[in-house]
Amino acid sequence: MDFSAIIPALPGMWEGMAMTLKLLVLGVVGGVALGTVLALMRLSHNPLLSRVAGAYVNYFRSIPLLLVITWFYFAVPFVLRWLTGEDMPIGAFTSCLVAFMMFEAAYFCEIVRAGIQSIPKGQMGAAYALGMNYGQVMRLIILPQAFRKMTPLLLQQSIILFQDTSLVYAVGLMDFLNAARSRGDIIGQPHEFLIFAGLVYFTISFSASLLVKRLQKRLTV
Amino acid sequence: MDYNWDWGVFFKSTGIGQEIYLDWFVSGLGWTIAVALIGWLIALFLGSVLGVLRTVPNRWLSGLATAYVELFRNVPLLVQLFIWYFLIPDLLPEPIEMWFKQDLNPATSAYLSVVVCLGLFTAARVCEQVRTGIQALPKGQAAAAYALGFKLPQIYSQILLPQAFRIIIPPLTSEFLNIFKNSSVASLIGLMELLAQTKQTAEFTANLFEAFTLATIIYFTLNMSLMLLMRWVEKKVAVPGLISVGGK
Amino acid sequence: MISIKNVSKWYGEFQVLTDCTTEVTKGEVVVVCGPSGSGKSTLIKCVNALEPFQKGDIVVDGTSIADPKTDLPKLRSRVGMVFQHFELFPHLSITENLTIAQMKVLGRSKEEATDKGLKLLDRVGLKAHAHKYPGQLSGGQQQRVAIARALAMDPIVMLFDEPTSALDPEMVNEVLDVMVQLAQEGMTMMCVTHEMGFARKVANRVIFMDRGQIVEDCHKEEFFGNVDARSDRAKQFLAKILQH
Repeated sequence: MDFSAIIPALPGMWEGMAMTLKLLVLGVVGGVALGTVLALMRLSHNPLLSRVAGAYVNYFRSIPLLLVITWFYFAVPFVLRWLTGEDMPIGAFTSCLVAFMMFEAAYFCEIVRAGIQSIPKGQMGAAYALGMNYGQVMRLIILPQAFRKMTPLLLQQSIILFQDTSLVYAVGLMDFLNAARSRGDIIGQPHEFLIFAGLVYFTISFSASLLVKRLQKRLTV
Repeated sequence: MDYNWDWGVFFKSTGIGQEIYLDWFVSGLGWTIAVALIGWLIALFLGSVLGVLRTVPNRWLSGLATAYVELFRNVPLLVQLFIWYFLIPDLLPEPIEMWFKQDLNPATSAYLSVVVCLGLFTAARVCEQVRTGIQALPKGQAAAAYALGFKLPQIYSQILLPQAFRIIIPPLTSEFLNIFKNSSVASLIGLMELLAQTKQTAEFTANLFEAFTLATIIYFTLNMSLMLLMRWVEKKVAVPGLISVGGK
Repeated sequence: MISIKNVSKWYGEFQVLTDCTTEVTKGEVVVVCGPSGSGKSTLIKCVNALEPFQKGDIVVDGTSIADPKTDLPKLRSRVGMVFQHFELFPHLSITENLTIAQMKVLGRSKEEATDKGLKLLDRVGLKAHAHKYPGQLSGGQQQRVAIARALAMDPIVMLFDEPTSALDPEMVNEVLDVMVQLAQEGMTMMCVTHEMGFARKVANRVIFMDRGQIVEDCHKEEFFGNVDARSDRAKQFLAKILQH
């Protein structure tokens, strides 16, 4: 094994890492936003809304992420054409991002739902009693408290997503893993680059989980 | 980009012998189940051993199990799969390497890699569940067993594990379902399991919506059936009055 | 001011309120008591529609609660409520607790809201704690802040739902003092409480509830003065409470 070829390849791999992080951040932001809407729907008294959200969550939790990524890669161009009537060239990045947002939303929904349910019912009563409407109650009183409580879980789920972004390999997107692998193949040292990629993923995930654990302890004290 | 819907596509001939496209899905499902089940056996066995090790009063053993869990949980599944499929065979003694690369047919070598990879990957998760289950038991249980003169291995096999496993059936169920979903990564090293067959059908027929819809339905049904199966198991082994972690 | 007319409520099959009827006129202080599970908390929560009811109607200052066209948030903003468990918002500072509804519901400016909030905080004797968070205050202090928070909305009536029953005994009086002062200033109040001393001191009327029904509804002098004329259930209840 000879790891000396890795250093000159670092800038190229950093571009891959930037892609990975972009997918991660946008995926988490979109996923949490959509997941929050789904959670509010699931908890709503309207049986239709809560059923639709329940079915969404159930559906995405039953199928593999890789299936969603692959399917969206094939399907999004068609769907966009049906919606807009013109050919819109969209790349693997957009289709992957949409896949991550929609898939992760199902998982974030369950976290947010549990977070909202963990806030004592009296808080909602008190906010209503002050004359707030549903939107204000949620936005000003319930969600800020719920998000504080569920930050560790949201971060844990984000760490899982960080690892799962590597699945974009399936559609040829140049994320960190793919950038490392392709460089390893070109140079003829696939093993070294694979091990290096594994080490990088490990270091980031491991230290992030340590931080989350610390945060969790601080929040529970 | 006009799209021709054709839900009858699954009954059309693939052009290879007598096969129809539905046969591809059936064979893909077969591989998916074969990967997941054998992987699960490995995960359950190894995960239980590791889970016990994490709770034994020995720093070295529990540290070893902790290191295993951290390692396998913090490296993406796909990286692990590439390591098992591309890297490990090269590190094996030459006769075994040649056997793996040349004598085995490609499906078998991919299958072996995936099963080992998923088994070891999932073992880390099973380990955490087993540990949680054991630690959820009242401390008095182990003390009472010691007081009755049991030795440590007996305490685990007779007293702690039978209770712990009952408690953790719900979280284990979700790991069991996960291994079926995770088995789809096998498609990335060329094993023709369900997802790979779906992709191939989509490419051959251009009826991608039909193909992916069928795959979704199969995964969904599989998921639901496994969940029902595990609920049945949970009821079957339930002990009256023994509380479960998630239950009321 | 508040008129409760033949209100009945069910949780599924179980009837929690049965045909409750009473009035609270302007400036009146009405104490609602009764054993736990008698429906008194449920009744008071119906008054600002925090709990729905299936039959009857409640009219607050001319506005019907059963009417589906009623703007409930608007109605609630005019009815102050104090809860058993205070329900201050733990993620907001005391000042923010006092101002958030003034600003977001009544549309007051930040200065106006803060000014008003701090004045009321001073009135309940907690001005020095304005910058703290609810978790840093004692139960009694939190409840006084909760009263100030409700008052900041300039309510036409105040509802109290067992305001002292979650407090340690030594903190009960600081809260009751604030309530007595309010009553003496002429605030219309409906209070669910077991504090019979408070009832004797400032109540005009006492309502006794049991098993979802209003069993007694009479003037304070009648309620406490003429015990023999009370129903058996009320007598039992009073005997238990007044022993102490």
